[in-house]
Amino acid sequence: MTTYRFAVSVMPKEGILDPQGRAVEGSLGHLGLDGVRDVRVGRRVELSVEAPDEAAARGTVERLAGELLANPLIEGWAVEMVESVVGVPG
Amino acid sequence: MKAGIVVFPGSNCDRDALHAARLAGMDAELLWHEDPGLRGSDLVILPGGFAYGDYLRAGALARFSPVMRAVHDHAERGGPVLGICNGFQVLAEAGLVPGALLRNASLRFEHRWVRLSVERRDTVFTKAIPAGAALRLPIAHGEGCYFLPGPQLDALEARGGVLFRYAGPEGNPNGSARDIAGVINERGNVCGLMPHPERASEALLGSEDGMLLFRSLLESAAAVAAR
Repeated sequence: MTTYRFAVSVMPKEGILDPQGRAVEGSLGHLGLDGVRDVRVGRRVELSVEAPDEAAARGTVERLAGELLANPLIEGWAVEMVESVVGVPG
Repeated sequence: MKAGIVVFPGSNCDRDALHAARLAGMDAELLWHEDPGLRGSDLVILPGGFAYGDYLRAGALARFSPVMRAVHDHAERGGPVLGICNGFQVLAEAGLVPGALLRNASLRFEHRWVRLSVERRDTVFTKAIPAGAALRLPIAHGEGCYFLPGPQLDALEARGGVLFRYAGPEGNPNGSARDIAGVINERGNVCGLMPHPERASEALLGSEDGMLLFRSLLESAAAVAAR
């Protein structure tokens, strides 16, 4: 078995009101920064999965993302593998 | 009629709901979220609060509580389920009512009195509400902005899925689509609303309009028993 480390990025869908992003954007002026626009605030979740291969691990993470980490009605997500460690047979 | 009020870790309106249900004349008890069953409840109430700390999204984790399997089965059998505030968020996450509750457009936790128009009076939740009457109920939430994609929203309206709307001078407190404060599933036995009927159960609290929902449920149960 191999342990795969994944990162799931969850973002509000296009067109969904994102008051957090708007609030962050609203405070940029206080920093004296110009030219920053379209701030969107989402969430990144990291997790490890033990599986025989990457495809199986990715399948588990996709299911987890669609059923729990994101609400498909309002959020989109992207799954990215960040690390894999092959288990040492004992 | 026996009401079962589900207590999740972080629920905080469970006792208020218990009080209101008993005041209305129901036999009522608290159910624990790890209970596999509903202990013979005819009505299930998912109360307000912050189930599982509202981590991830409000209602997202509560949806996977063991008791929710039984709540799904109860709803499938046609049993009434009422979700109040956080309970509405749990129902939406569980797919028992359509839609999602987003962060309030104001970004603030909104707690105040609102006025509700009652869109239908032919449901088990609203049948005792006098014609023309608007309800005065309190709200207290940070994520109550009702959302459904446009075409689905039209379909919801067309089938009479909107049960309550924010109305009157108090207005829409959270930016909800089409001023929606409460919805009902297609079958008509699962209702979720953001305002708190159980907090408007006695004149001493500023309004007793909330009792009309509990009385509606009692009347409906009595009508079924008489058949």
